[in-house]
Amino acid sequence: MARIGVFVCHCGLNIAGVVDVKKVAEELIKEKDVVYATTYTYMCSDPGQNLIREKIKEHRLDGVVIAACSPSMHEETFRNATRDLINPYRVEIANIREQDSWVHEGKDATEKAIKITKSLVEKVRGNYELEPIKIDVEKRALVIGGGIAGIQASLDIADAGYEVILVEKEPSIGGRMAQLSETFPTLDCSQCILTPKMVLAARHPNIKLLTYSEVTGVDGYVGNFKVRIKKKPRYIDVDKCTACGDCEDACIVVVPNEFDFGRKPRKAIYIPFPQAVPAAYVIDEQSCLGIAPLRCGECASVCEANAIDYDMQPEYIEEKVGAIVVATGYDLYDKNKLVEYGYGEDADIITSLEFERMLSASGPTQGKVIKPSNGKEAKKIVFVQCAGSRDKQHKPYCSSICCMYTAKHALLFKHHVKDGEAYVFYIDIRATGKNYEEFIARVMEEERINYIRGKPAKIYRQGDKIVVEGVDTLLGKSVKIEADLVVLAMAIVPKKDVKEIAKLLKVATDEHGFFKEAHPKLRPVEAVTRGIFFAGCGQAPKDIPASVAQASAAASKVIAMFSHDKLEKEPIVARFGDACTGCRTCFYICPFNAIQLDSNGKAYNIPALCEGCGVCVAACPVGNIKLPNYDDEQIKKMVEVVLE
Amino acid sequence: MSFEPKIVAFLCNWCAYAGADLAGVSRLKYPANIIPIRVLCSGRIDPEFILHAFRNGADGVFIGGCHPGDCHYIKGNYHARRRILLTKKLLKEMGINEKRLRLEWVSATEGRKFANVVSQFVEEIRQLGPLEAKK
Repeated sequence: MARIGVFVCHCGLNIAGVVDVKKVAEELIKEKDVVYATTYTYMCSDPGQNLIREKIKEHRLDGVVIAACSPSMHEETFRNATRDLINPYRVEIANIREQDSWVHEGKDATEKAIKITKSLVEKVRGNYELEPIKIDVEKRALVIGGGIAGIQASLDIADAGYEVILVEKEPSIGGRMAQLSETFPTLDCSQCILTPKMVLAARHPNIKLLTYSEVTGVDGYVGNFKVRIKKKPRYIDVDKCTACGDCEDACIVVVPNEFDFGRKPRKAIYIPFPQAVPAAYVIDEQSCLGIAPLRCGECASVCEANAIDYDMQPEYIEEKVGAIVVATGYDLYDKNKLVEYGYGEDADIITSLEFERMLSASGPTQGKVIKPSNGKEAKKIVFVQCAGSRDKQHKPYCSSICCMYTAKHALLFKHHVKDGEAYVFYIDIRATGKNYEEFIARVMEEERINYIRGKPAKIYRQGDKIVVEGVDTLLGKSVKIEADLVVLAMAIVPKKDVKEIAKLLKVATDEHGFFKEAHPKLRPVEAVTRGIFFAGCGQAPKDIPASVAQASAAASKVIAMFSHDKLEKEPIVARFGDACTGCRTCFYICPFNAIQLDSNGKAYNIPALCEGCGVCVAACPVGNIKLPNYDDEQIKKMVEVVLE
Repeated sequence: MSFEPKIVAFLCNWCAYAGADLAGVSRLKYPANIIPIRVLCSGRIDPEFILHAFRNGADGVFIGGCHPGDCHYIKGNYHARRRILLTKKLLKEMGINEKRLRLEWVSATEGRKFANVVSQFVEEIRQLGPLEAKK
């Protein structure tokens, strides 16, 4: 005979405003084994938790059902609050808020609440008392992506004394921030504040930097991930290369460079940008003549350091880590999808990142603002905000940083071209960060930038000019501007390969492809999958301060995890009986290779590897496998009560 | 009084159950006929559970799992898909309209999809009427 208590939460009016909570308690007390039932305004509050504790003691409860919000909200809260009085696995949550009071009305909602709560009473009745499985934790972290977020997370974890493997796909770390000219609202030179951190990361004794490398496989679970990394052949020995540049001079192949979006040439052997870390060359095997059997060999013949090796092969390495920080960053929205603004068809219509490179002293024009079509100085620029953002036909979300960097662009342009004119088409100005609003005000007032509220209707070429037509919705007048250059503040989108990374890590992405955090407000840096954390624009568009803050937050989560010698693992794992016939069905279908065969061919499992999915339980033809607390009999009983 | 179908929904913890939670957070209304039972993975669902539900008076059974490739347990949803396919055949043999069993992929971010497919399913079962076999 069990002694079960039922606690129905009002959640203010969230539940009690729809569900007749008194009636739920009255119905539940009639259930077999339920010895106590009550309601309370906020069960999760301190007095609410105390109430549960008191009643467990008073009524010697050995099972508790709390009818409240989703278990993803407070299952842990309630189990922790009563841990010293009752086994946590004898405490269950009946979700009568998210899946009832918030989606239904009136009598239906009350009836459904009763059914749901009854089904959880059935579940508790069959629940075992379980103890967490202790598992070892490998106190090393993997950071994917070497932009500012990845660098910050790596530095923080490494500074706490733990080893970090920082994997970057490109030949250098630095990411998007390395491409920026100056940063809002302080107008710090982006490279000047970033490069010291890049060097720090590369030199840190606890950071193992793997550039030009990709994560190709992830196995295991929190505390014990096994990661496979492919080191792409760079054809240069990084340790030997002195970055003298002789090879570059000798190379005869010229191709557009990626760092400046093809607006500057580079050789087949190149360094992505002058401050690259590691400061070493790389051979682009697509365009190099020497990798193919017919060797050109010009660069190797001039390399005094003997750093060039055409026979370098991809290298596959395996690392064991306990936690993973994902900081994969962003791309700009595909230009081919924004045909209405003419990008890609006209050289004088460029993206914000291209303009960023143009403003940079190390960029393709050494900081001169020009019309790419003829190289002459651009005197009149139209900036278009929300190019692809806040647009149902493209991306419905706000890309978060475009208002700020467009203001910065306009200001920098005015500084570069004193007699220049700048126009900004905008929907709203969103300047919520510290000192952001002041920055916008300065740009609008002191720099005399013309802000036009509205979206351009049409952008087209007329002779030497790009004509932008639109409506100033504040004046109610149509406007027509003949510009030299048009800069589109393109929507921010996740990196192209984000889906593959998400699949490798078994983490969810949202409808736009950004990584999905465990809770949008309370767990904004954690994945639902334990041991995986997010930082930077891979999770959502954000500016540099927010990326850095999120990276440090992710790092602190990792450090907290590593401060324990053992982690606790969910003890809901399959249990094998002795009726196994040796058919091997379970052995073949277990996704985690947790099932093994003994010398008699009978199956058993390794609890540390079992994740408790129950695929084997449903597959076993003789019913030899049980999943405690999700057992066949329990689920069938739950089905029966919800159908009463 | 019009016919109100009884429907059991087995929802996987990681995708469909979270999607149903999101429907709640977004306050997307749908009919209350559907009662959720949380399981860890759609691959945990034994066809026996489905038959048990029909045997005990369910007019429809809804199964929600992660999208192919997104299973928290790597491939549990593929096992679910096969089992549901076979169970549908079995239902047909038994004279139960296979439309009474529905499998849907609902991710944790698809609150709207959850509300929509559940509403459609309830309407479909309403059209089919009560399951006669139970009488």
